[in-house]
Amino acid sequence: MLEVDLVQQLPGFTLDVRFQAPTGVTVLFGGSGAGKTTVVNAVAGLHRPESGRVALHDRVLFDLERGIWLPPHRRRIGYIFQEGRLFPHLNVRQNLLFGRWFAPKGAAREDFDRIIAMLGIAPLLERRPSGLSGGEKQRVAIGRALLSAPDMILADEPLAALDAARKEEIMPYFERLRDEVKIPVLYVSHSAAEVARLATSVVVLKDGRVQCQGSAAEVLGDAQVMPTGVRAAGALLEARLLRHHPDGLSELSAGGISLFLPQVPQAPGCLLRLRILAQDVILSRQKPEGLSALNILPAEVENIRSGSGPGAMVSLKTDAGRVLARITRRSAKVLELAPGSHCYAVVKSVAIARSDVSSSAAAAP
Amino acid sequence: MSWLGPEEWQAVALSLKVSIWASLLTLPFGIFAAYALARWHFPGKHLLNGLVHLPLILPPVVTGYLLLLIFGPQSAVGSALQQIGIVFAFQWTGAALAAAIMGFPLMVRAIRLSIEAVDPKLEEAAATLGASRFWVFVSVTLPLILPGILAGGILAFAKAMGEFGATITFVSNIPGQTQTLPSAIYAFLQQPGGESAALRLVAVSVVVAMGTLVLSEVLARRVSKRIGGA
Repeated sequence: MLEVDLVQQLPGFTLDVRFQAPTGVTVLFGGSGAGKTTVVNAVAGLHRPESGRVALHDRVLFDLERGIWLPPHRRRIGYIFQEGRLFPHLNVRQNLLFGRWFAPKGAAREDFDRIIAMLGIAPLLERRPSGLSGGEKQRVAIGRALLSAPDMILADEPLAALDAARKEEIMPYFERLRDEVKIPVLYVSHSAAEVARLATSVVVLKDGRVQCQGSAAEVLGDAQVMPTGVRAAGALLEARLLRHHPDGLSELSAGGISLFLPQVPQAPGCLLRLRILAQDVILSRQKPEGLSALNILPAEVENIRSGSGPGAMVSLKTDAGRVLARITRRSAKVLELAPGSHCYAVVKSVAIARSDVSSSAAAAP
Repeated sequence: MSWLGPEEWQAVALSLKVSIWASLLTLPFGIFAAYALARWHFPGKHLLNGLVHLPLILPPVVTGYLLLLIFGPQSAVGSALQQIGIVFAFQWTGAALAAAIMGFPLMVRAIRLSIEAVDPKLEEAAATLGASRFWVFVSVTLPLILPGILAGGILAFAKAMGEFGATITFVSNIPGQTQTLPSAIYAFLQQPGGESAALRLVAVSVVVAMGTLVLSEVLARRVSKRIGGA
């Protein structure tokens, strides 16, 4: 468990955050300039905040009042940087083993071969960082951090510098990190898609303050707190993969409701997370018939929020979990939607992208 | 080297000895001064910078005379050092000291540039992996600035091979003691009929300078390949 309590004057605003990060992936979520990197650098010890306290598993790393400030090399925190930061004068193996040199003798060590296998970097061991692709560099950086026998992992937008295809390549390794490594991971991101796939819990940072903290489903399902705008708003559902159909669809069950998606790579029986974007959901008062969309969920309106624009965000309770729908205010009026009214949420199968589906071994506490 | 007379050979050997000692012994100080100037903020930084560069901008004769004032047998420092068996005045060690002081600014400039080119983010990364400041320097900074150290060392060596003004002022021009290659060339040119000996020493100078240059190129290429700069 990481406990953070920091105050720092930054140009234009004051960073004042207080949160906890348990085992699993805690995503520090916010737009650019929200102070995310300042927080992780203070946790790592690369930057000294004006006041506050940082503790990791009862080990105090920083406490202004008690005059405690551990230098970064004594914190035992593995840091995965956005740009990888591999040492150019060492090959991949030497980079990976760099931290092991300095780890205390008695530290619980990750097995080298296991990490190499988990990250699929065995063929790269004798190569130089300058010859690696961006995705390969980042996998080595993950391994290097893990092999330094850390008490926790920090990752500062580790996918931000990669293109979409490379992101897809790295994301599963972070999922495995979340599911297989039993230490807290504090993961900085401004991408709702990354939150949806990786987060065990989410801390939303806005203008230097913690706006809310909760599970990924709670935060993504609450349009009010989405720091990156309504387009990224969407609910997170947990569903079990039932079977693959021969026509290229996979059938899932979420709270007894069958959902159909374009075929996913996982094996039947797996627990999956699906992100359903609010703008991909259609509402109907009657049970729709003769409709091409395959996923129709009976729902009850929880609340409707609208701002000055033409849109409204409808929060719905279904047996599968909370679903968000973004419709126009005009439609909400025509359909006479109000809290408590019943309707049907309609989701096209093909609207759910492959990247919105992920395995969920350790999700949902 | 039978075509070199004993006196000429002496001058060449002395110059090589003086230059090797001068460049090797100043290397740790040069790295330290370069690191301090590149990375640290401290009061008196400009003073240190000025002091390091002074031999570059002063007339060499002035530097030589100042060395004589500070380390000469009559001075407090000189006599104190004499007590513990270190004598600079009119000794080859004095020639090495003069050459070291004259080459120091060149060495520091080369190393400082290479330190400034090292991304501090790599050093931060090493710290998060558990390396203390000392080990960050040894395992990350030092290997990355190796080309700069090499260049600085070679510049200092070349400067030492050619140093004349400060040397002759500080330790005079005693054959076998303080007569380095340039001093010997100068002395031969003052003697009637000394031109051929001077010319032979000039040839040696050119060969040593070219050899140094080639060696530094080869080493630099090998080092930068090893540190992954492609």
